[in-house]
Amino acid sequence: MKLTEFSQNINEWLSGNGPLSDVIISSRVRLARNLAGHKFLAACSVAEKAEILKKLKDILMGLQLGDEVFYIGVDKTPVLERRFLVERHLISQHHAFGKGPRGAVIARRESFTAMINEEDHLRLQVLKAGCQLPACIEQIDRIDDMIEQKVEYAFSPKYGYLTACPTNLGTGIRVSVMLHLPALKMTGQIEKFLNAAKALGLAVRGLFGEGTEAAGDFYQLSNQITLGVCEKDIVSQFEKTIIPEIVEYEHAARARLLSHDVGLLDDKISRALALLKNANLISSQEALFLLSHIRLGLNMHQHQGASTPAINRLCSLGGDGGDAKAANRLSIATVNRLFLLTLPAHLQLNYGKELDSTHRDALRAQIIRQALSG
Amino acid sequence: MQCEICQSKEATIHLTEIADGVRTEMHLCEQCAQEQGVGVKSYIPLNELLSNLLAAGPKDEGPAGPDENQLTCPRCGFTLEKFNEKAVLGCPYDYEVFEKELLPLIKKAHDGATTHCGKAPARMPKDSKQQMEIDRLNRQLDEAVRKEDYELAAKLRDKLAGNK
Repeated sequence: MKLTEFSQNINEWLSGNGPLSDVIISSRVRLARNLAGHKFLAACSVAEKAEILKKLKDILMGLQLGDEVFYIGVDKTPVLERRFLVERHLISQHHAFGKGPRGAVIARRESFTAMINEEDHLRLQVLKAGCQLPACIEQIDRIDDMIEQKVEYAFSPKYGYLTACPTNLGTGIRVSVMLHLPALKMTGQIEKFLNAAKALGLAVRGLFGEGTEAAGDFYQLSNQITLGVCEKDIVSQFEKTIIPEIVEYEHAARARLLSHDVGLLDDKISRALALLKNANLISSQEALFLLSHIRLGLNMHQHQGASTPAINRLCSLGGDGGDAKAANRLSIATVNRLFLLTLPAHLQLNYGKELDSTHRDALRAQIIRQALSG
Repeated sequence: MQCEICQSKEATIHLTEIADGVRTEMHLCEQCAQEQGVGVKSYIPLNELLSNLLAAGPKDEGPAGPDENQLTCPRCGFTLEKFNEKAVLGCPYDYEVFEKELLPLIKKAHDGATTHCGKAPARMPKDSKQQMEIDRLNRQLDEAVRKEDYELAAKLRDKLAGNK
């Protein structure tokens, strides 16, 4: 299975579909598990890690998931391909640049991934477009049960699933949503959001998780507490309280832009469009921010019926022809495609060779210009 | 904006009070806010948390016991110092060996919680100590059979049968 078989396409969770997708890009549930009768990875020898890897790889590859699965030996994969997997949110940066025998089992539709020998023996992940946390947890629960039929997890009735780091103890669950909050940023209210998240005991991270910044107005919001709460309650709190409030704040900020600050909004969108259609060199950081404004304009048109001069110009643009139904109209799916395919590793993998940053910036600009010229 | 109390640190907490129609605002840094009794949850990195706890020093009550920092897990060889260095534990048994020392950390990380109340594996889980012992004996048994030391293998097999 070659990565280039799917490197040209967007994956399911970037489809732009799903509930509340104008603010919630994707939802994710992750479970951390360790095998009983083995040491945690920090105390394992290379041979012991290899043993754990083989055991879990065999089990995972044998599961009936209703989707083709393939295995990637991360420690044996070229660095560029590892970065590619990180860009697609299939493995973490920690896994890509970790040490020792480790791998990933990935389902073809990329909705399910399992990392073996990341920080824990096993990290299961289910990713879906839009806000679909109950569906995520239902799927990951089923897979967790299937694995547990074949192997025994390190578990104590008192502390729950035993993890290498005490911060993941208990349920071992990380529930998160990827938010797009350009209006809160434009109206100077992002700090409020960050403080509110902190007060609720939630972690806010950038596009690619721990240690990354909030590029492109994307924010990953996740729970921090994993012990003393049950999985369903964490999901329920997100679904019923946290998410509706944030969506409302962002929608209100967007409405405010329309009613009080159309000039600012249109300026951001116009500038983004002008640069994306004409610039010769665009860095990946810049692309993320410019595409963020395009995404905002399109979503406001589709979900709030907004029709400012700049938004109208945007909506009359050609797309990259990939979606016959939309008949050459620029769509969220196109924006998502551009967002993904112009990330550094995607760019180089699809081009066929590694490029220095100037050439990457030129190629990126070229791909975007072509997509927007329709 | 500077903290109104200490006038030196950056104000990150902004309080607004409306009483009898009168609105007052206060801008404080995290430290002064805590001193004023304003509850603020903040995320403390795990390493820092553990360092603070370990640096707290030996307890005053009772005769001096063995130095807690030197406690070693018999399964994986980890000490608290090693945990502090790596920010992760060495094996599931560490949760029993270092239970006393880990408890304050766990409480802090999980908002006071110390007991699991979520999903449990379908099978009845043996406790981690017993499980690791069984696994160790199994490995020794395989090795004994491979070496054709059937006397040892029989002893191990009986021991395993006794453990179940």
